[in-house]
Amino acid sequence: MIPAAFDYKRASSAAEAISLIGQHGDEAKFLAGGHSLIPLMKLRLAQPSMLIDIGRITDLSYIKDAGDHIAIGALTRHMDVETSELVKKHVPLLAHAAGHVGDAQVRHRGTIGGSLAHADSASDLPATTLALGATYVAQGPNGERTIAAKDFYKGFLESALAADEMLTEIRVPKISGGGYGFEKFNRRAQDWAIVGVAAWRSNGSSGIALVNMGSTPILAVSASNALNQGASIADAAELAAAEAEPQSDLNASSDYRIHLAKVLVRRALENASK
Amino acid sequence: MKVSITVNGTTTESDVEPRTLLVHYLREHLELTGTNVGCDTSSCGACTVHLDGEAVKSCTILAVQADGTSIKTIEGMSINGEMHPMQQAFMENHGLQCGFCTPGMVMAAVGLLNENPNPTEDEVRLGLEGNLCRCTGYHNIVKSVLAAAKK
Repeated sequence: MIPAAFDYKRASSAAEAISLIGQHGDEAKFLAGGHSLIPLMKLRLAQPSMLIDIGRITDLSYIKDAGDHIAIGALTRHMDVETSELVKKHVPLLAHAAGHVGDAQVRHRGTIGGSLAHADSASDLPATTLALGATYVAQGPNGERTIAAKDFYKGFLESALAADEMLTEIRVPKISGGGYGFEKFNRRAQDWAIVGVAAWRSNGSSGIALVNMGSTPILAVSASNALNQGASIADAAELAAAEAEPQSDLNASSDYRIHLAKVLVRRALENASK
Repeated sequence: MKVSITVNGTTTESDVEPRTLLVHYLREHLELTGTNVGCDTSSCGACTVHLDGEAVKSCTILAVQADGTSIKTIEGMSINGEMHPMQQAFMENHGLQCGFCTPGMVMAAVGLLNENPNPTEDEVRLGLEGNLCRCTGYHNIVKSVLAAAKK
């Protein structure tokens, strides 16, 4: 399968990329690692007339200790997040989840910013960064703004980004102590989750988010609040599943997804509570 | 668009459409047909090659994205006319049946050992999750990779 024809330009900085996309309008798309976009283009589900390749903006590939949070450049590849000692130490849930994106080949190319900007509720990192209370930094023609992960996901493959904005950094709060759980239910090893759960607990706080339980990743706020106030894991799992209205598709009915969510949230919280 | 890609140590130059996938650049422009197209949807790993030393799926990379990089394909694995130790291990351990997934398996397996030279059996199985064998010959593939790791 070969994508429909398009024009291609390579940007060497975020400013150049934003200026290029401004010149080429709504039919242009940013290309980072390409592991979400190129498959869609091969299936002709996406037909951008122009790709602005941002994959070589090397100064947006970094992982830094920024005091209360870890700052990750948007073009950092999944493999680098997965193996980063900083991420493993301060937000082990994120390192673990990054290691479950696709397979090794995909993780060598795919980027954290690309995965988040694609805003697929079935992907691992949107829900994981949502559970972790991350903030995303976006740059556009009028400068920079920050968007909380909980305000970023607007609908199926829709984010709060304007067409001429690109993600530049992901800020993930450090979590001291506690534990995490990550559950991904799928049929083939490297598939997207039919249902997934990312969860953490530490010092009376917690975060729980659901993968592929609706058109956006879902932050299970009431489950998390109940847990923080002493509810049992089983009760929190029931609450989390009740926060979603999942779709039925070839992989699973809505009812089955709700069942899976209860089981997987329970398992994730049990691991997070060890 | 003009691209210059080093393939198996030789610099190649070609004028390609931006939509040309790396795997088609290798197979059709360079006639290196050892790299297979299997699922064509980034799942099966038959098209795995090394890009600057890392295993990647060449059906999901544009040739223009690979401009200026160094690619290694199965044709570049032999050393002075001798099979690469991984190829040797696949032969000795019956790691291939129909052989279609083999080039990708070998490239993924060598990539895995570059990152983890002494993997456990579980790590080999997990490390090769991006490569599918329709003959389901995984047992001997894993055996081959473990044998190659000891060489």
